[in-house]
This record gives sequence, structure tokens and C-alpha cells, in this order.
Amino acid sequence: MSRRARIPLNPALVVGAILTALLIVTALVSLVWTPEVPTRVRVALRLKAPGEVGLLGTDHFGRDVASLLMVGAWNSLAIAWPAVLLGAAIGTAIGCAAAAWKGLADEIAMRVSDVVFAFPAVLSAIMIGALVGSGPLAAILAIAVFNVPVFARVTRGVALQVWTLDYIAAARAIGKHPLRITWEDVIPNIAGALIVQVTIQLALAILTEAGLSYLGLGVRPPNPSWGRMLSDAQTYLSQAPHLAIAPGIAIALSVLGLNLLGDGLRDALDPTLKGRGATA
Amino acid sequence: MTKRLLTAALLLSVSVIPAFAAKTSLVVGMPIEPPGLDPTVAAPVAIREVTWVNLYEGLVRIDRTGKVQPLLAKSWEVSPDGMTYTFHLQEGVKFHDGSTFDSADVKFAFDRARDPKSTNAQKQIFAPITAIETPDPATVVIKLKETSGNFLYYLGWGDAVIVAPETAAGNAANPVGTGPFKFKSWTRGDRVELVRNADYWQKDKTKLDSVTFRFINDAQAQVAALKAGDVDAFPNLGAPELFAEFQKDARFKAVAGNTEGEIVAGMNNAKKPFDDVRVRRALMHAVDRKALVEGAYSGFGQPIGSFFSPNNPAFVDTTKVIPYDVEKAKALLKEAGYGNGLSITIKSPQMAYASRSAELLSAMMAEVGVDLKIVPTEFPAKWIEEVFKNKDYDVTIVAHTEPLDIDIFARDSYYFNYKNDTFKAAVAEAARTTDEKARYAKYAEAQKILAEDVPALFLFQLPKLGVWNAKVQGLWENSPIPSNDVTEVSWSE
Repeated sequence: MSRRARIPLNPALVVGAILTALLIVTALVSLVWTPEVPTRVRVALRLKAPGEVGLLGTDHFGRDVASLLMVGAWNSLAIAWPAVLLGAAIGTAIGCAAAAWKGLADEIAMRVSDVVFAFPAVLSAIMIGALVGSGPLAAILAIAVFNVPVFARVTRGVALQVWTLDYIAAARAIGKHPLRITWEDVIPNIAGALIVQVTIQLALAILTEAGLSYLGLGVRPPNPSWGRMLSDAQTYLSQAPHLAIAPGIAIALSVLGLNLLGDGLRDALDPTLKGRGATA
Repeated sequence: MTKRLLTAALLLSVSVIPAFAAKTSLVVGMPIEPPGLDPTVAAPVAIREVTWVNLYEGLVRIDRTGKVQPLLAKSWEVSPDGMTYTFHLQEGVKFHDGSTFDSADVKFAFDRARDPKSTNAQKQIFAPITAIETPDPATVVIKLKETSGNFLYYLGWGDAVIVAPETAAGNAANPVGTGPFKFKSWTRGDRVELVRNADYWQKDKTKLDSVTFRFINDAQAQVAALKAGDVDAFPNLGAPELFAEFQKDARFKAVAGNTEGEIVAGMNNAKKPFDDVRVRRALMHAVDRKALVEGAYSGFGQPIGSFFSPNNPAFVDTTKVIPYDVEKAKALLKEAGYGNGLSITIKSPQMAYASRSAELLSAMMAEVGVDLKIVPTEFPAKWIEEVFKNKDYDVTIVAHTEPLDIDIFARDSYYFNYKNDTFKAAVAEAARTTDEKARYAKYAEAQKILAEDVPALFLFQLPKLGVWNAKVQGLWENSPIPSNDVTEVSWSE
């Protein structure tokens, strides 16, 4: 790989990438190893402080908090990823179509997006939960639904710019079908913007998943989830604050990491900002 | 008009010099909102916790020690054969709508409750009745077809309160009784307000002018409401782990008492694999009750092996009948043909004791190779519909807080779908027996049958963790019957 093709590094990108890598690695490791079986109840060891039993202590059932946190990372990503990718796929398709055909189709797509966007994810999760039953599937669908308008708008915005470029006009003049133009010329040009948006939406999705699980609408017990760990911790706040701090920090760092990564990638990929960032 | 002015003046004086006058209003917090306000047509305890003896009264009542006391009946005689009860009623009693209470109301109320179409949750109270006679407005004669050892006691329950023919149909939304408080308003999802009944037949019995029941499900919010003074009393605090905090705080009185509530994980006995007693026993062997109490209720609450309150004199300890024994559980499952595992679900309502117990049960079941999946449900509405009415469940978990309710396992239509004729006979015999010792012996037998047959996983007795403002006096420390009796409550100055 040549030096020029590299993505220019910036501090946000580095820190974000490290935190995100940490999240992903933790989640992956939890699939094969955790310090304890996360669902194992040891009532005799309940509410132990960090260090006393296990690295991060134990919860109200004597379960190992570090193990719960690790599996919780996987569960977070297992909901956030499919939800964002599903939302991104549908949203991007809508945005591209709106940019390609404009007119009435564009108007309808954007107004529908506005309506969907107006519903908070939690509200749509409750509605979807009522339809398909609360659980991980409802959480994924709810988060996906609220991602669709986000991607539709972002895609439409950048795609419209691409459509004004001369070589697109040339492609149209020789009769290239709008679908082929979109696939061959538009999407490669907007991919950077989409990747940035995916990272940011992932952060939001993790936060939303935690919120939904906090309300009992996400991952089902006893399968661990950061949101539910927080919700369980609240009545033990005075006795065992570590129960709230551990998942709280995990959520904060993951969201921070993905947001920094998103910012860093935008700075690095946005052509209008090129040259400003130092090349490695 | 003068009365209104007087009230206004009184209110004014109260608000001007609040520091010198004792408060006359009380806000009581409850975790669950009642689905209606008529205890004679539905089971939920929350209905009784608002209305019993505050709003509605029965012929007799249960006092704070569990004893039967006269109420609308000032006295009664029982015939020597135990088959005829003659009640002499209080005179000059009026319902909240101004109509007069007399023997016809008693007859109406009991006939309504024992009607085949009635949805009264405790029909066994009325089952022995053959005829209700009203020789005069102040006398009721009730004839029984068989002796009933618990008849008077049952008449003290919320299910047997006296309602008036003119208003009974609307009681669920607009309750009319004879009690010291009358209904003012119900803000759904938030509160029920009661106000003093100025025409109450026991003049000056109550000191409070108004009582508000507020419904706060979240334990953290319950604590916050108590600390902020939004709620004066939480007779059943939802979070045992927060209870210790109040024990140390001089502004509050924190009382750990007993309830009549057994927490049980009911099984659908008509459904595979729960129709096999080996499976039911195996699941019971898998449960470490002590650990469960510790994890789910911070150690408050006594483990139980059957369906009887340890407060009751007829109680026998049956926790050793099917003790915690993982190996035995596995062996029994193998014998029943589930050696390779068993996958079942537990419908768990939102109450902390239930969801925590469900999570612990799930972990304990995993140890014996049973995959117990937790399916959240909502109490009471959804649970009543899915589990209680439609019996669409494998395992569920709730506290049964009615006192002396062991006979629910003798009812074919109850949600356990449990049928055991030996047990039915024992319970029926106990209910008929008027001799105390003999009755206790029969109840002991019934308890043992359940302990061995395990129609439900018997877990622990629900404690009553009450917290209230230290200046509030007269609330109950134990609950021998589900209630929030505020008729004797007052504020110290």
C-alpha cells in the first residue's frame, strides 16, 4: 500500500479506534472465555466489592460483574450491528432513489422520513414489542426503524451533490440507467460519508439498546445486558455502587469510542478537509 | 352554606398554623394499582388494600392480630349444631349515597356473591350457605348445609363486604360502602382519594379527614417519595435492600412484619411435563430456598415447603419434605425421561420479588439441566388474562396474599390446573371441622400432601416491610389480612 492511500491519522481517530477495538475484542473474547460463568448465581458471595471477589466484584445474585460486562458487550453489539446495518441498507436505498429520481418520489420519501424520525426509538420499540413481543428482535427492529430516516437523509444529501458532477451528467447523456449510475458512480463516492454515519449510529444504537434493556424491552434475563445491569443496580446504589459504575463506564467508553472514531474518520475521509490533517 | 363557610374557615386556620395542628391527611403508597374498587368481584389484593374497612365494611372484620371482631353485626349467635348463624345488625348505618343499611342489603350482597354468574374470587366463603333469611331489618339468619369452621373468619374478608343493591353494579369505578371514608376521585395510573364520611355510624372513630392512595411501582421512586414527604407511609416497600436504610433513619419508622403471602412458582399441572409428579419434585429439589430468599429478598422472609402461613397456628414446617438436592433432581428428571434436558418458560410479572426470584430460579434450574426461560408479563391485567384466566403458561410466579387460602389448590378451575381428590377431601374436612385441634390436624395433613405432590414450587413467605413517617401512628405492623386499614391512624403533634 502506498503512503498516499493511507487514511490520515488524527488523535480522535486513534483513540476512537483503540476504544472500539477494545469493545469488539472484549465482546469476541466473551464468546470463548469469561472469568466466571456469567449467569452462575452464588448467593453467598453477593454484593462483594471489586477485587474482593472477581475483578469488578459481584452483583445482588453473586454473579461476577466482569463476566456479565463482557457478555453484555457482545449482546450490545449483537443488537446494535444488525440494527444499524439493516437501517443503513434500507435508508441508503431510499436516499439514493430520492436523489436519482427527485420530484414527487423524493418529496414523499423525505416527508415519510420526517414522520418516522419524529418517533423516539424507545416509543417505536414499545410499539414493535407489542407486535412481535418484547425481546432482542423487537429491539433490533426498533433501532433499525429509527436508523432508516437518518441514512435516507444523509445519503440523499451527499448523493444529490454527486449527481451534479460533470461526469454524471456525461453518463446520463450517453443514456446510462440511473440505477447503474447510482451503483457504479454515486455509491463509491458517498461510501465515506456512510461509514462515518454508521459509526455514529452504532454509538447511538448501543445507547438505545441499553435504554431499552433498562426498561426491560431488550435482551431477556438472565442473558446479561448493560442496560439491565444499570437498572438492577439502582436499588443497590448505596450498598454497592460498583454495580452501577461498571456498566455505566462500559457504556460511556463504548459510545465515546465510536463517536471519536466517527469524527476521526470524517476528518480523514472528507475530501473538503483533505490536506488539513497531517499525513502519516 | 354555613357548613361550607365553617369548613373553609377550618381549612384556612389549618393552613395558617400548620405547625401547631396535627395533620389530618395521609398519603399511603402502594406498589400496584387496583384494576377496580370492588373487592367482591375480583381477586387482586390491591383492591382490598384500598377499600377494605376504609370504604366497605362486612358483618365482621379481622383485626390487626388476625382475630374476628364485630362490625356491621354487633353480635351473633350460632346454633348448637353449628348450622345456623343469627346476626344482629348495627342500626342507623347509612351507605355513602345516603341509603339505609339493613338486613336486605346483607341478603343482597351475599346472594350476589354466591350467584353462579358472580366473579367473586372467594366463593368458598359462601359455598356452605343454603338460605339467608331476614326476619326484620336488624336481623339476618344464615343457614348452612354443613358446618364451617372458618365461616365467621371468612365473613371478615374483603370478598364478603356489604354492598347496596342500588349501587353495587357501579362499585368498581364509583364505590359505595358504609365505611368511615367515602370515595372522592380516582386518577388512573396515579392515585385514589378518599375523604371522611361525615355520617359514619361510629362517630369520631377516625381522626383523618382524607386518605390518598398513590401507586408507585418502582422501588427507587418509592424511596424517593418517602424521603421527599410526598408519601407518608409505604406499608409494603418494594425493595428490601433499601429497607435497612430506613431502619437507621429517625425520621421514619421501619417495621419488618409478616404477611399471609406465600410466594410460589405455580406450575400448569395439566400440561406436559408438569403432569408428572417426578418432574415437579425434581424442580422443587433444584431450588435452594435459603439462597433464593437471600438473593431475591435480602434475607427477609421464611422459606416454606407448602402453602400455609407460618403465622397460622395450624402451620407445620414442610421444607424438609423435598429439600434442596441437585443430584436427586437430576435423577428424577432422568427417570421421567428428561435426562437430556428440559426446556420450559416462566411467566414472570414485574414485581421485584417475582422477577428476581425468576432469575434465581432460572439459574438454579440450569444446574440440573433445565432451561427455564423467563417471559416477562405485567401484573395484574396481563397476568390475570394470560395465566389466571387462559392458563396459557408453564410456570409462573406470584405471591398469594390471601390468608388461609390453601383451598385454592382444591379448586379445579384455578390456574394451577391441579386435581387431587385426597387433598380436596382433607381441605373440605378441615373447613367443616369446628373443633380447633381437629381442624389444625386436618390442615397439617393438607399441607403435607401439597409438600409431597408439589403442584407449585413453594418458595418463601413474603415479609411486610413497612416504612412510614415516625409521626404516623396506628398503621398495622403485620398483615394477617391484605389491607391498609387507616381507620385508627393519626398524626402525633
